[in-house]
Order: sequence, then C-alpha cells, then structure tokens
Amino acid sequence: MSNAPADRRYARSHEWVRDLGDGTVEIGISDHAQNSLGDLVFVEVPETGRTLAAGEACAVVESVKAASDVYSPLSGTVVAVNEQLASAPELINQQPYEAGWIFRLRPADGAGVAGLLDAKSYLAVADSE
Amino acid sequence: MSETAQSTRSLAPAEPLVFEYSRPGRGAYSLWPSAEGAAPALPGHLRRQEPPALPAASELDIVRHYTRLSQLNFSIDTHFYPLGSCTMKYNPRACNAAALMPEFAGRHPLASAAHSQGFLACMYELQEMLKAVSGMQGVALSPMAGAHGEFAGVAMIRAYHRARGDLERREIIVPEAAHGTNPATAAMCGCVAREVGVGADGDVDLAALRAAVGPRTAGIMLTNPSTLGVFERHIEEVARIVHEAGGLLYYDGANLNAILGKVRPGDMGFDVIHMNLHKTFSTPHGGGGPGAGAVGVGPRLLPFMPVPVVAQEPGGYRLLDEKDLPQSIGRLTGFMGNAGVLLRAYVYMRMLGREGMSRVGEFATLNSNYLLAKLRQAGFVAAYPERRASHEFILTLKEMAREQGVTAMDIAKRLLDYGFHAPTTYFPLLVAECLLIEPTETESLQTLDAFVAAMRSIREEALKDPELVHSAPHSMPVRRLDDVRAARELDLAWRPAAT
Amino acid sequence: MPFIPHTAADVQTMLEAIGIPSVETLFEEIPAALRIGALEGVPSGLNELQVLQLMSARAREDGRPLCFIGAGAYDHFIPSAVWSLITRGEFYSAYTPYQAEASQGTLQSIYEFQSMITALTGMAVSNASMYDGATAVAEACLMAVRANRKSKSARILVPRSMHPHYRAVARATTANQGLVLEELPFARASGQTLAETLKGYEGADITALVIQQPNFFGVLEEVDELTDWAHAQGALVIAAVNPTSLALLKPPGQWGSKGADIVIGDGQPLGCPLSSGGPYFGFMTARMEHVRQMPGRIVGGTVDLDGRRGFTLTLQAREQHIRRGKATSNICTNQGLLMMAGTVYMALLGAQGLEHVASACMSRTAELVAALSGLPGVRPLFSGAHFHETVLRLERPVAPILEALAARNIEGGLDLTPFYPEFGPSLLVCATESRTRADINAYALALGEVLKNVRAA
Repeated sequence: MSNAPADRRYARSHEWVRDLGDGTVEIGISDHAQNSLGDLVFVEVPETGRTLAAGEACAVVESVKAASDVYSPLSGTVVAVNEQLASAPELINQQPYEAGWIFRLRPADGAGVAGLLDAKSYLAVADSE
Repeated sequence: MSETAQSTRSLAPAEPLVFEYSRPGRGAYSLWPSAEGAAPALPGHLRRQEPPALPAASELDIVRHYTRLSQLNFSIDTHFYPLGSCTMKYNPRACNAAALMPEFAGRHPLASAAHSQGFLACMYELQEMLKAVSGMQGVALSPMAGAHGEFAGVAMIRAYHRARGDLERREIIVPEAAHGTNPATAAMCGCVAREVGVGADGDVDLAALRAAVGPRTAGIMLTNPSTLGVFERHIEEVARIVHEAGGLLYYDGANLNAILGKVRPGDMGFDVIHMNLHKTFSTPHGGGGPGAGAVGVGPRLLPFMPVPVVAQEPGGYRLLDEKDLPQSIGRLTGFMGNAGVLLRAYVYMRMLGREGMSRVGEFATLNSNYLLAKLRQAGFVAAYPERRASHEFILTLKEMAREQGVTAMDIAKRLLDYGFHAPTTYFPLLVAECLLIEPTETESLQTLDAFVAAMRSIREEALKDPELVHSAPHSMPVRRLDDVRAARELDLAWRPAAT
Repeated sequence: MPFIPHTAADVQTMLEAIGIPSVETLFEEIPAALRIGALEGVPSGLNELQVLQLMSARAREDGRPLCFIGAGAYDHFIPSAVWSLITRGEFYSAYTPYQAEASQGTLQSIYEFQSMITALTGMAVSNASMYDGATAVAEACLMAVRANRKSKSARILVPRSMHPHYRAVARATTANQGLVLEELPFARASGQTLAETLKGYEGADITALVIQQPNFFGVLEEVDELTDWAHAQGALVIAAVNPTSLALLKPPGQWGSKGADIVIGDGQPLGCPLSSGGPYFGFMTARMEHVRQMPGRIVGGTVDLDGRRGFTLTLQAREQHIRRGKATSNICTNQGLLMMAGTVYMALLGAQGLEHVASACMSRTAELVAALSGLPGVRPLFSGAHFHETVLRLERPVAPILEALAARNIEGGLDLTPFYPEFGPSLLVCATESRTRADINAYALALGEVLKNVRAA
C-alpha cells in the first residue's frame, strides 16, 4: 500500500502536482511510481524556460530495470528544476513528495487541476494496477 | 545477512586487469612486423603525439590472462545451459575448422569471381537449404543478427505497401508476449506497434486480432511456437485474418528449433521470416555474437530483399546488388554480412542433412517435455499446464515468491552453485516469476536428470533455508553484483593513474 | 544421429515419464495439414570426414591469391595466440553475459576492450560492439539525432569520399526514420572534403557532420578545420576511423578544439580475418555526456555483496525502452567474439606493436605505388598525404586488367569506375605489412605483362 498526501493532486500517469501558492506549482512522481521503478540511477530533467503542453513527456526517470517518461500534468513554463537529482537520484526513492520534487512550473492561463485526481482516487487507481 | 552466506574467500579479484601486467619496455616483439624501410612522413598537425594506453606485456602474460578469464565463464562446452529462447545447443567443432581453412579465412570480400566460386557455392547452397526448411521462395543472408533480420523483414513489408501506393499502412501488430525487439524494430521502420492480447491458453486472441486489423495494418509479427513455449494452434486462421485485411505476416524465427523438419513457416502462411542461425543452426554465441539473421521471403516480397544475394548463372555464381534488384530495401551491411558465421551454418546443415534436421525438432521437443514432466513431479508449477511444451516451457514460481520470498531470480542464481547455467528469467514479461527453460536436442537423459535433481534440491532449500537461496550464488568468482552502483557511479573504462 | 545422444532406451524412459506412446504424440497439437514429410531440397547428411573433404575442395577452388585490395577490409597478420585464445570453448560457446556471476571472463574482457578502444580513439566511453563499421555509421547518425537537442532538422552531412557501402547502409538503415543524409562533394584534385564546400550550409540547422579519416581513397582529411566548423554550426561531429591508423594519427578525441562527439569504425583490422567480409565488429566511442544515447551493450565495474570488484552489464534500461518521438535501435546480439579478438590483438601488440604495423603498412604501400607507377600509363591520382591505400589512374578499363591479374593469382585492387566514374579508369590499391617486397615485385611484373597484352589487343 503506497501513500499519497492529501495536499496535492495526481495524474493517472503517477505524477503529483502541488500548488506553491506563488503562481507556480511543483511536480514529482508518486510513492507508488518510485516503488515500482526501484532504485533510481539517473534523472533527466527538463530545461528551465521550456514551454510544455499538458501530457507532454518532459523528463525521464531511470532505474536499473526501466526508464520511464514523466509527463507534465499541466501546460505551462518550466521555472525551476531540482539540481540535486543530478548527483542524488535516490532522493526520489527516499522522499518522493518532498526533497525528490522534479521541476516547478508556471501554469498557462486557464490550465487547471480539474482533470487531476485527489489523493484517495489516485490511490484507488494505483493500487489496482 | 545469514551466517551461511558470509564469505571467507579472498576479496581479491580472480584475475587482475590486463593493464596490471604492463611494464615499461615489455612487449611481444616477435609479433611485430620487421622494419624494412621508413614510412612516409605524416603532416605534423595530423600526427598522434602520445601513444594510446594499451597494455605493454609479454605474450605469456596475455595468454595466461585471457586463459584465466575464460575459466571464469560458464559456456555450452563446460555447462548445461538451458536458456529459453536462446537454443544453446552444442557448437560442432568441424564448423569452426572449415570456416578457418586458410582459403576461406583469407578471402577478401571484394575478391574476383575467379577466386570466389568455392565460397559462393557454399553460400548459394545455404540459401537453397534455408528455403527448403522454411518453405520460402527467396533467402537473403546478409542480416547479421536476429534483430537485424527483423529490421529487414519489417522494412520489406513497408516497401511492399509503399510500392502499391498504400502509404497508410504503418501499424505492426504484436502479441502481448512478444520479445522486446519486436516493437523496437517496428519503431525503427517508422511503424507503430499495436498489441493484441494472448488467451489464458497461450494462443493469440482471435477476436482481439479481428478488431485490431484494418486499412492501417502493415502486418503482424509472430513467433510460432510462441514465446510462451506453445504452438499457435489457430495459425492458419491468424494468417487468413491478417491477409484479408491487407497485411502481411512476419515470422520471428527465434523458436525455429521446435519445428525444424516438422513444419515450415511458409506453409503456415508467413510472408517473411528471419532465422537465427546462431540458435537453430548452431553457430557459436561467442559471448554476445556474432550471429546471423538470414531472412526468407514469399513471392510478394522477393523484389525487396536486401542485397547482396547469391545467384547461380551459366557463367558461375555471382553476388546480386542494387542494380540487379532495383526495388531492394538496400544494403544492410558493409560487405555480405557475417560470412564466416554463414559458412559454419552451412557445414552444420550439411552434417545434419535432411534426416538430421527432422530429428532436431523431435528431440528438442522430447527433451523439453521430459524435463517439464520431471520438474512438475518435483513440485514445480507449469505456466501452461494444459499444453504440450514445444522446445521450451515456462515454470512459474509466483507461489514460492509469495510464500518463501524466494524468487525466480534466486533459483537461477542458486543453480549456478550446482554447476548449471540459469534458464531465462526476465522474459516473457507476461508470466510472473517465470523460468523459461530450453534444454535443446543435444543434451542427454543423464544431464537432464542431473538438472532435475538440482532443482529438487533447491526447492527443498527454498522451503527450509530460504536465505541460502536468496543470497546465492556462493561458489562463483563473485557474489551478486551491485547493479545500482554500476549505473549510478559509472566506471566504464580503466584509465592509467595520473602522473 | 549427429549431435543427438539419445539411445532407444533413453527415448523409452522419457516417453514413459511423459506418459505418451511415441514422440509423434508431442506434435499432435500441430494441424495435420501443416506437417511435412521428408525435407525436399536438403541433401542427405555427411559425416565429419566427408564434410571437411567437401570444404577443402571448395577452398582449393578459391585458392590464396596475393591480396592488394583494401576498401574497408585489410589483410593484416593475426598473431597465432588470438584465435587460439578466443576459440576456447569458454569464450566461443558462452552466451551474452546476462548472469554476471557466471560470465566474469566475458564481462572483464569487454571492460578491457572498452578501456583500450577509448584510449585508442581518445574518447571517454565505448559500447561492447556493433555489427560492423557500416551499420555503426547508421547508428551514429541516429544517436546524433537523439543527442543533439538543439538541432531539430535531423540533417546529417556525409562526405562522398566516404566508403560507398557505408553510405548505402546509412541510407537503408535510417530511411524510415526521417533522417536527411546529404552528400558533400570532395575536391577532385586532392580527394579531400574541403571546408569551402561547407560554406553553403553556414547558418543552417545541421545535426551532425560525418568525417572519415583516412577517407575511402586513403587520403587524409583536414580534420581540425572540419571539426571546428561543425561545432561552430552547432552540429555534432561523427568520426569514422581506421583503428590501425590511430597508432600514428591524432585520435578523434583531439580533433579541432573540442574533439569529436561520436567515433565509429570497423574493428576488422584488429585480429579479424578477411573471411569474405565478416564477421567483423563495429566499434563506437563517445563523449561521456552522450553515454545514455549510446546503443548497444555497455559493461561497468562495480562490487559484489562482499565488496569484491566485478563487472556487469549496465545502463540496460535505455536499450529496451522505446523513446517516443525519437529514433531507436533494436540491436541485441552484437559481435562479441570478434570484439574479443580485437581485445587480445591490441593487448598482444600494445601501442608500440600497433605503431610498427601502421608504419609498415605505409611503407609497403609507398613501395607498391612506386613500383606500379613505373609502368606505362599508371600514375597516382592524388598527391597528398595518405595512410595505407591510394588511387592509381590507369589508361585502360580496369575490369579486364583485374581479371587478367586474378588469373595470375593476384587480386590487384578495387575497380573504382562504378563508384566514381568521373575519375576515369582507376584502381584503389593497398599493401599491408603482410605484403613482402617479393609480393610487390610480383605484382609489378604481372601488371607490366597484362598492360602489354592489353595494349597489343
């Protein structure tokens, strides 16, 4: 049974979105996702300044057995990336919801979290896989 | 960590790196050409300034080093190697002796016709024999591995549709259980892989297939027997469905050993097939190649074969090129592919002959079914218990994994301690905690019984002392390796210490 | 039964264990209509003596002509220890090293190969081999498209002075993946690809420039200039090189101010017999920053549970994964045994030995050119610096000359007329360290006679 904090929303593809309250959001992958990937060995983060569409593949998380795309849950512009992941990809395994954040986005006008799941609905999806 | 798993062996590596034998001024001088005359000067700005950091050791050092490294390996010559889907059968030494005859070993690929007829005769006859066993009308020998043959096959299918002006056909159907190279090959050919489900009995789901085919279908990639180790019983219906929708059938020949001499892919309705000569036709696996992925084609795809192809003409044998086959998908190799591998396959096929080839399928299947029966008697669970095994079969260990915490990978590692190479463990993905086991026809009853005894013993260990199995192997040159560290802290080449 | 050890008693035991009356029962799931009887088109089996007699006869038919052909496959001396070691069953009949604990011999050998080939090419990382030099060019182009994030065009500039087969394979392999391969002309006088010809591409979005050194004609390119131009354009540099030449020539890692990005070539000169064109092995090395875009297997050093050093396949996730929107490779089985031959060859010869081989090749070729140019109507086409091959211009059609030489047991070279008709009748010749002065004299004598006969005809 993985966990999913209630203070954020989730995509079916296992990304989470947290509103930082300053017009930007923070994005990472869920506990379920990091657990199925196993020990991460490499993370490829998007470039700051890049514009993303909702659902666009923008990052890669690589473990010994798989390399998975990370899809941006919202459209917007990348304003920051987690530089620590370059030397410590395991942060995503250890703290998927805190220190293991992947990038921060300024959502495009009108981009909303309406299509995303709350924690409870997401857990139902994840645990059924 | 369990007490039994603690090692008291030396931590020193079994054999140092070759570079550690280097000493300034040391070298294998008798191997150097004699210095007759000075070489022309090279422009200074193009010249190398520092010599490359290669070993500087004596011939004995090098011979001893690589001999000792070889002794760290498992191989067919030393161990039973039941790797499913790899067909690890005995590699007859005669094949190597023939391929290394000086005239063959020393023949330049671009040699004149006068000095090529003997070699080309072997290649032409190989093409003919492969046509005969596959039931196809044309054979091209140049692809250098199974995946390369797959690429040629899918590229030919695309070329066929394009030649008919049918540019929409870009979907390749693959069963869920397909090998990873299948969808990767589709992508390399600018196609999209579309999966169809496989039923609980291991056959392709015909209803799902009917729903999946249409005007965008370029073709289907299938293995028969399938990657689940069972024969696709409705193969003729599958062929009908795909052909009626306008698509072509591609046969992945990785499992040809099961049906060699009993059934021919051409008769099953396939339009193109690749054959892994390093599997079915016993050329050496070499620690990762070289292979050969000859492709066979039906009449629709004959014009698109990759060049070169060997032709027999009144004046002698000749290599056909793009001028002779203007619709060819082109040249896929620098010269004509892995010619030395093709020679070895030719010799093997001449030694088996027609009677020997029929026996391959029979005895591969007999050995597989025997092993399956004995392992089930020993308490192991078959993934498809209602089906006959083909030349390979799958055991599932998911119950043992759940109850004892002992996985298929653990069993595989413990087998190494018993002197057997592990079966395939990572594939097929459809079956949880699986072991895909292929004994091949060259193994004796005694070897198979010894394997069963080892598996029986490991099963008992799993029940009584799971940690022993979980931390295996214990008697190999190294214990389990930290592959997370290997990927995180990349150490991919030795470098001399900075001076 | 060849290679099948079962006795009748064994078969009986097995049938009883399975619980079936006969072996035929095992095939009852297969529709009867598909079952074949005897295999037509396959002759009866031969025993080992018979098959080796057959092969000896076929081999004698082809004989052992004196070889002066290069063109991507070189008749080098292979030390006896190389094949004696790699045909040991433990190397010859091992599989891909997936079970690392049972494959440390193969894995450490690959690591040593990676170390040697990166040192030779002056780069940081290597894979465990590709099929051959030609397919390695194609894979390098696909890799450049993946690695060059700033470029969107997938346009790759390929010199016409590169091996025609390499260019053909690159086209055939990348055709369905949206790459655009554009051919660069070479200068007629020198045989080089000049920086001037690139002027038309300035400011354009070019993904990569391929540079072959030495090129197909044996001519040495101005690699520094070409490398710097490419980098200034934001293009990656793919270097296609001959490994023997790297004992004497500046390695691609030092070309221009930044060095090449991806290096490929055919390893055949390192311990692989000519063998009618294969098996050889392709090598690929690159800058560290591109390691995750590299196709093929890679071996890494690590430790085991006790802290003992060991080797394992690494970065495997990238192999099987299909990256959307980007080109991919499906390579699985590579050319492992030949890579091992290359490793043992390099270990035996070392840097100095390899340098001697390279120098001897250049000397022999210079002697060959001198001897043949003394004949009427034979002259070198290019005058600049070259490695161990060069082009000779003849006055008469080349094909009949080569046929006449072949009848005298000499393979005189490669007829370039089909590939470069603008040269007129021309021949690509090569003399390796395996050719003696006597061999060269024999060629000159024979060619002299052939030319006289042709003239008289």
